[in-house]
Amino acid sequence: MALVAFKTKEKKINEQAPVERQTVYSTKKCNLWYGNHHALKNINLDMKEREVTAIIGPSGCGKSTYIKTLNRMVDLVPNVKTSGAIEYRGRNIFSKDFHVEELRTRVGMVFQKPNPFPKSIFENIAFGLRIHGIKNKKLIHETVEKSLRQAAIWDEVKDRLHDSAYGLSGGQQQRLCIARSLALEPDVLLMDEPTSALDPVSTLKVEELIQDLKEKYSIIIVTHNMQQASRISDKTAFFLNGEVVEYDDTYTIFNNPRDHRTEDYITGRFG
Amino acid sequence: MENVQKNIHTDEMINKIPVRLLKNKIYKGLFLLAALFTFILLVVLLARIFSQGASHLSWDFLQNFASRRPEQAGIKAAVIGTLWMMAVVVPVSLLLGVGTAVYLEEYAGKNRMTRFIQMNISNLAGVPSVVFGLLGLTLFVRVLFLGNSILAAGLTMSLLILPVIIVASQEAIRAVPKELREAAYGLGATKWQMILRVVLPSAIAGILTGSILAFSRAIGETAPLVVIGIPAFVAFLPKSVFDSFTALPMQIYNWTSRPQEEFHFLAAAGIIVLLVILILMNSVAVWIRNRYENKY
Ligand SMILES: Nc1ncnc2c1ncn2[C@@H]1O[C@H](COP(=O)(O)OP(=O)(O)OP(=O)(O)O)[C@@H](O)[C@H]1O
Ligand SMILES: [Mg+2]
Repeated sequence: MALVAFKTKEKKINEQAPVERQTVYSTKKCNLWYGNHHALKNINLDMKEREVTAIIGPSGCGKSTYIKTLNRMVDLVPNVKTSGAIEYRGRNIFSKDFHVEELRTRVGMVFQKPNPFPKSIFENIAFGLRIHGIKNKKLIHETVEKSLRQAAIWDEVKDRLHDSAYGLSGGQQQRLCIARSLALEPDVLLMDEPTSALDPVSTLKVEELIQDLKEKYSIIIVTHNMQQASRISDKTAFFLNGEVVEYDDTYTIFNNPRDHRTEDYITGRFG
Repeated sequence: MENVQKNIHTDEMINKIPVRLLKNKIYKGLFLLAALFTFILLVVLLARIFSQGASHLSWDFLQNFASRRPEQAGIKAAVIGTLWMMAVVVPVSLLLGVGTAVYLEEYAGKNRMTRFIQMNISNLAGVPSVVFGLLGLTLFVRVLFLGNSILAAGLTMSLLILPVIIVASQEAIRAVPKELREAAYGLGATKWQMILRVVLPSAIAGILTGSILAFSRAIGETAPLVVIGIPAFVAFLPKSVFDSFTALPMQIYNWTSRPQEEFHFLAAAGIIVLLVILILMNSVAVWIRNRYENKY
């Protein structure tokens, strides 16, 4: 039975005394259209703090669209329409008095393709602090080092902080981009296939990093890699054609899915 | 297995490679010829100018004002006048041009109105320079009472080169990858911070490349200066942008239109000076551009 391949040890959280976890993101009847194309259909999802939520599903099912809606990055696409509500810690992110700048400061994002700025490694990390008006040199230096350490890339770059970030390998660039997000100490980290361009070693590093970050951050991660989802996430949402087919504990999704489409997908009999 | 059957004959393809390589050579030769032709024309032009003018280049020529006697005539007022004019043209055209480009690319909605404006800007680049001279004459010289001053000429020249700067800047801004913009927005940057810290630094090399061509044109243009009545015979140096002045192309034009052959040689010497100023100015722009390009 193929399902066994993903059999993971039952997550610790379930065994320990239940911890009080607040909801960070609550999506309510959310729809999204690119022009006439209905890309997200009546999405209802609640995500808890200090958990890793994986979003899986075949190509084109709306995973990136959804994660980009969570920090309103879809606003950049012309002709986008949304309906319904997404509440971030109880505040509707679509409401006028919730500035996108605030939302994106509290919610960091790591993109599918590493996108460092054409600046030095140091300036890449300092960028976020600088745009928020932080001028204190000591604080900036400390934060740059701390973020690079957290992203498990410090040892590789500590001697070349003032060299171009473009001189780094793809995997290093991706960890740099993770560090860049961490520098602002966000509440939530959105990651869109952060390891799809990485080799197995870098992938493992990023996965370990996610495990560490979970202590403090809530992480929502899109991935095409089933093993990855089963290894690192607490909850998994299965998207199909813009709808959420199933959303449950990762253990349940991978071992005992309710919907046959979920099962077909994770066993590879699908799309 | 239907779809593994070979329909492509690799040997035949390999036999065709020599023909393709020959074509490859022929095209290379054609492009070389085109470049060579341009290069030879340029050399002939320069050789003519230098053979006529080089012997007339002297410290006196640079230090003297205009004169009716060729042996005393110099180019001082024109050189200084051109520098003054460019001191108006460079900041005005860059600010207006880049500003307009940023607005059109980053802020303006993509509707029929912007497309209309866009089309007009591109068309303006092809309008004869005399027309810009007439516009300058009406607007700056007459309506704003600037007379035939440095400011009037500088503003007119700025208008003339504005379309080129706008279009070049738009191209450069458009070439900034979407991913970099998203990275900045993702960290909570406002639009203006994103433009200032991501778009402009990435676009500056392209903006300058286009602007260099535009500035070169402004230095060499004669017609608009004639139309707004810039004198060719000036025996003093301007003290502010409101003074009247003369510029190199005016001076050169004046000399070439005189009957005495001596003056034609002076014109050639004047062209050499103009070329040198052009090269100096463009080197600065290239230097700035490379600084930004090579930085990372
Ligand atoms: N900017 C856009 N304009 C129009 N349609 C879009 C746009 N971006 C995405 N779409 C469409 O919306 C649907 C969902 O796209 P999305 O990028 O969210 O898919 P995805 O699940 O992330 O796929 P993948 O796994 O391949 O990244 C697709 O049908 C796509 O063609
Ligand atoms: Mg995607």
